[in-house]
Amino acid sequence: MSTFDSKHAAGLHRHIHSHLPSDAALRVKTLESLAVEKGLIAPETIDAWVEAYSEHIGPMRGATVVARAWCDPAFKARLLENGTDAIREFGFEGNATGHLKAVENTDDTHNMVVCTLCSCYPFSILGMSPAWYKSAAYRARAVREPRAVLAEFGVDLPEDVAVRVWDSTAELRYLVVPQRPAGTEGWDEERLAAIVTRNSMIGTDRVLRAGAA
Amino acid sequence: MFRPENPFAPRDPVFEEAWQAQVLAIADSMVRAGRFSANDWAETLGAELARAEASGKPDTTGTYYEAALASLETLTTASTAITPLDLATRKADWTRAYQRTPHGQPVDLARARSSDTPDR
Repeated sequence: MSTFDSKHAAGLHRHIHSHLPSDAALRVKTLESLAVEKGLIAPETIDAWVEAYSEHIGPMRGATVVARAWCDPAFKARLLENGTDAIREFGFEGNATGHLKAVENTDDTHNMVVCTLCSCYPFSILGMSPAWYKSAAYRARAVREPRAVLAEFGVDLPEDVAVRVWDSTAELRYLVVPQRPAGTEGWDEERLAAIVTRNSMIGTDRVLRAGAA
Repeated sequence: MFRPENPFAPRDPVFEEAWQAQVLAIADSMVRAGRFSANDWAETLGAELARAEASGKPDTTGTYYEAALASLETLTTASTAITPLDLATRKADWTRAYQRTPHGQPVDLARARSSDTPDR
């Protein structure tokens, strides 16, 4: 068989057999199968992780924590004092989240979170980070020009409100506690949690609306 | 360039491709199992992202996960008994296994190893 024919035959062969995954997918399969074989990780752990983060673990967890803080001053005090311990009360702790520090927005301070190095994020209470959080643009600009970034996110921050930017690390991650909006007096925690946006807990959203629920 | 979040928008899929989720799952599991530390992961990923940015790669989710995958390969070969040669050999085995598996059947490595004759 000539070289051309061999290539042609190989092409046809690929076509009628299982679709060859992408290079990246093959590299991941390689890593996973070797790590499992060598006993470094358990295969069921990987599947459970993927399912949990694809389907179950998301910003609703953080919203639940924020709503509790709004309703329960003693919990809020515990949360601000030691976020890592406070989210244990919900079973939301996660090894990949490291230590958690909750920072509270007030009338004169706005908090905003970034990971300038890579993409450290409180996964166990906010789920996977949004694409923009991982972007080079956000990681660089959030520190350099936070007000301009906030404006693009639609946050019109008055000049007399100070911005504090918190740079996450593998060991210390942040949760912004947004301000409870007016018009939500008497709401229960579940109803309150429904108006807490993911971005408000990262600090790229500020004014929550009672009408959003 | 950034846009406000629309709380009423339908939820985007969390991952664009399954392998992206698996990279983070493996990395997190390795950290939990003590194979490398969370700091090692952050520093290696940070260096990969900086390299991608310096080489002019687009600022996209795809670039991010490529960097994450490269970081996982780097840390795995640096901190476990798995070598770069193991990775290359196993990847070639998987490629062969896929090529030898008729569509619709489960792909397993035995197909890459058992015989040199592809299935018909």
